[in-house]
Amino acid sequence: MAGICSEKRQYEEGDIVVCRCKEVTLKEIRKWISRGYDTFDELKRLTGVGMGPCQGRGCRDIVMKEIARMTGKTLEEIGTGTYRPPVKPVKLGMLTEANKEDPWKGKVVSH
Amino acid sequence: MAWKTADIVVIGGGVQGCSSAYHLAKMGVKNIIVVEKGTICSGSSGRCGAGIRAQWGTEMNCRFGKACLERFENLEEELEMNVGLDQSGYLMVAYKDSEFDQLKENIKLQNSLGIDSRVVSKDEAYEICPGLSADDALGFTFYQRDGHADPFFTTFAFMESAKRLGVEFLKFTEVIDIKVENGAVKTVVTDKGEIDTPVVLNAAGGFFHDIAEMIDLELPVHSENHDILVTEPVELGVCPPMLMSFSGNYYLQQRPDGTIVGGCSPVGHPIEYDLRSNFSFLEHMASVFTKLLPRTRDIRVVRQWAGLYNMSLDCQPIMGEAEHVKGFYMTGAFSGHGFMFAPVTGELIAQLIVRGNTDMPIDMLHYRRFAEGKLIIEPAVV
Ligand SMILES: Cc1cc2nc3c(=O)[nH]c(=O)nc-3n(C[C@H](O)[C@H](O)[C@H](O)COP(=O)(O)OP(=O)(O)OC[C@H]3O[C@@H](n4cnc5c(N)ncnc54)[C@H](O)[C@@H]3O)c2cc1C
Ligand code: FES
Repeated sequence: MAGICSEKRQYEEGDIVVCRCKEVTLKEIRKWISRGYDTFDELKRLTGVGMGPCQGRGCRDIVMKEIARMTGKTLEEIGTGTYRPPVKPVKLGMLTEANKEDPWKGKVVSH
Repeated sequence: MAWKTADIVVIGGGVQGCSSAYHLAKMGVKNIIVVEKGTICSGSSGRCGAGIRAQWGTEMNCRFGKACLERFENLEEELEMNVGLDQSGYLMVAYKDSEFDQLKENIKLQNSLGIDSRVVSKDEAYEICPGLSADDALGFTFYQRDGHADPFFTTFAFMESAKRLGVEFLKFTEVIDIKVENGAVKTVVTDKGEIDTPVVLNAAGGFFHDIAEMIDLELPVHSENHDILVTEPVELGVCPPMLMSFSGNYYLQQRPDGTIVGGCSPVGHPIEYDLRSNFSFLEHMASVFTKLLPRTRDIRVVRQWAGLYNMSLDCQPIMGEAEHVKGFYMTGAFSGHGFMFAPVTGELIAQLIVRGNTDMPIDMLHYRRFAEGKLIIEPAVV
């Protein structure tokens, strides 16, 4: 029993997956926050957290709370990080149909 | 009283600033401060396609490109951090006779400099890039050692190594002025306080020319907005090489995580600072994707973003010291290829600052070339 308990505790403290899309663990997030990567955007660039198909809907809040907890800053002070379109993933084929122009048209021999 | 003092202040925490700071520290400079107005890698470096290539059309760029590949191949070991290097090559696509002729000229030059690039047939191109459909293309060239690295990891790896050598990084600190006294740099003024220093390195990326203006130096440089998008991950093997065309105006590549990244130059090259993403790009780029890689029709775009290309008159970097202000050095205007050059240009600018000379020539990159009419004409830029 004790074994199971301690295993469970370790699981809770370390290997909790905070971002299911990109499989980023709480342990990893904590490691980087303690090394000074204490904004959502920096953690995103380093670990990929928040960059999955759900666009951070599943993980942003947890990460923000962890930054706040570890740095002693309020959520307002930390800011939200950048939201990028399209918020809902769109199929390339659908976008292509919306485009009336030939992609090669207006092509530029650029600089 | 100054807030801080330094031996060198590097303005900009992008891949160029971080690489330069690392190389300066490695050469023994103490007391280096990197000042970054946002977070490290929040500028163009963190927004780029991160392609690396030696397939260039001028001797200078071929030499830089080759040296960069060599550095990237050893970077993980040197910096003790994975930089996500992937060498699946660059596959160049030509749609016009003149364009294909130029690519063939470039290959000759590259081969003469020890770069084993080659012309490949359509069949071979389809083998290299299994998802490709390019019936309207006239010719292809390929170099296996080209590829890409992870721009975040690369920049952070330079930063982490620089930190270990004692470099101080100040994020959320903006440079607002530079004070000059008796023709030499005296103080860097930031929104947090003043830093006294005899040497400044301008590595401000998209804001390179704004920093130069602080010492009344007007450069023939502007910034323009470039959009880019990424899809959801799909099975590997759709588009392993960087697929690139100058006349087609695109670059596309599948990353090792299965996502496909692609972008193009804005038509007409408008001067812009506005990094909000635009919808016409999304529709245009989607058409490019589905035309080139038909099997991507059913996959989804998950994100689009934009970053700045800092463009000089001849689309080549500006490196060197200001003529009228001693101690004001610059490395910028990389015109859309500043990620790949960073390991080498960071080292070269550090050598110029510390030793006054460099292992590879960079004098032709001084801004005086514009007044002297010695522009560098590079045919292989997108
Ligand atoms: C969409 C896109 C695709 C690209 N693809 C490629 C590619 O495939 N291969 C390639 O080699 N290159 C590519 N590039 C170009 C490449 O991103 C840049 O050339 C390179 O990142 C430049 O690095 P940098 O360090 O000079 O600039 P940046 O990364 O922009 O760094 C400059 C930093 O300076 C900071 N700064 C600016 N002003 C101030 C101030 N006043 N005070 C303090 N800090 C300041 C900024 O916040 C910024 O972080 C691409 C660029 C874009 C936008
Ligand atoms: S859970 Fe983090 S991006 Fe989806």
